[in-house]
Amino acid sequence: MTLSALRVAIIVFPGSNCDRDMMLAIEQLTSRRPALVWHKEASLDAADLVIIPGGFSFGDYLRCGALAGRSPIMNAVLDHAARGGAVMGICNGFQILTETGMVPGVLIRNAGLKFSCRNVGLQLCETLASPFTAGLDFGENLTIPIAHNEGNYFADADELDRIEGNGQVVFRYATSDAVGPVNPNGASRDIAGVLSSNGRILGMMPHPERAMYKLHGGTDGAKFLLKSLEALVS
Amino acid sequence: MQAIVNISLKEGVLDPQGQAISHSLNDLGFNEVGDVQVGKQILLEIDETDPARLRQRVARMCETLLSNTVIEDYSIDIPDEQ
Repeated sequence: MTLSALRVAIIVFPGSNCDRDMMLAIEQLTSRRPALVWHKEASLDAADLVIIPGGFSFGDYLRCGALAGRSPIMNAVLDHAARGGAVMGICNGFQILTETGMVPGVLIRNAGLKFSCRNVGLQLCETLASPFTAGLDFGENLTIPIAHNEGNYFADADELDRIEGNGQVVFRYATSDAVGPVNPNGASRDIAGVLSSNGRILGMMPHPERAMYKLHGGTDGAKFLLKSLEALVS
Repeated sequence: MQAIVNISLKEGVLDPQGQAISHSLNDLGFNEVGDVQVGKQILLEIDETDPARLRQRVARMCETLLSNTVIEDYSIDIPDEQ
């Protein structure tokens, strides 16, 4: 299969605001425009990758991602995941994945109570087999921007030990030349992204679709997305 | 009947809002204030006359949507139960 055969679906909720950026990023990399799927849809056409984009779905009411996580389309996304389908949740998408239990943990208010919007340095951790890390070298550093108010990854100590032991931690905030503290939000053990126990579902706070061009200030997002897409077609 | 759901953070979960409120109260001269925890109260009007059934349904609502049990505890109060 070639990259242009890859079927990507991007779920759109009221308040999603990175859906079009992600659509253009994927189109740029695969030459095929992803489908945008409205949250009221009850079914999903066959997809090789489902992306839950960033934004402020349902105005972050109740808890970030809580209402989106119970939208009609999420039953279809859960079915897709249960079949071993790949799912990527970025920022609010990560929050939605935690609310559905598709990835472990939860994202709470940033420790400093400030919305944090800047580049962060990420280290790719050694993980279990996953399309999202297959094309990258463990230990590699990437610079990708964050933009969130609730990105403080939390799970209890036993759960953190368990996911670390399983190789489910993908990204940690690590040293970089970025402005501000290395860990921008107080996340437990500097965790910026995690995988499901089968490695097919990724949740991450940084926005790879915002690091696509030199004009964005860097292209590590494009690199990360391309490697993931290539792993999904191979 | 009305059900009142109170949601609070589990012990050990960071509550930066509570900390900020505590600091602010201290700055205003309320030096006796120590820990502050911020929770949520949700009032539900429900078409149900049996308190036991109401409590059971509301507990399911809490488990499926109203609280995230990874970080939150909930309690249910039914004022008309007595």
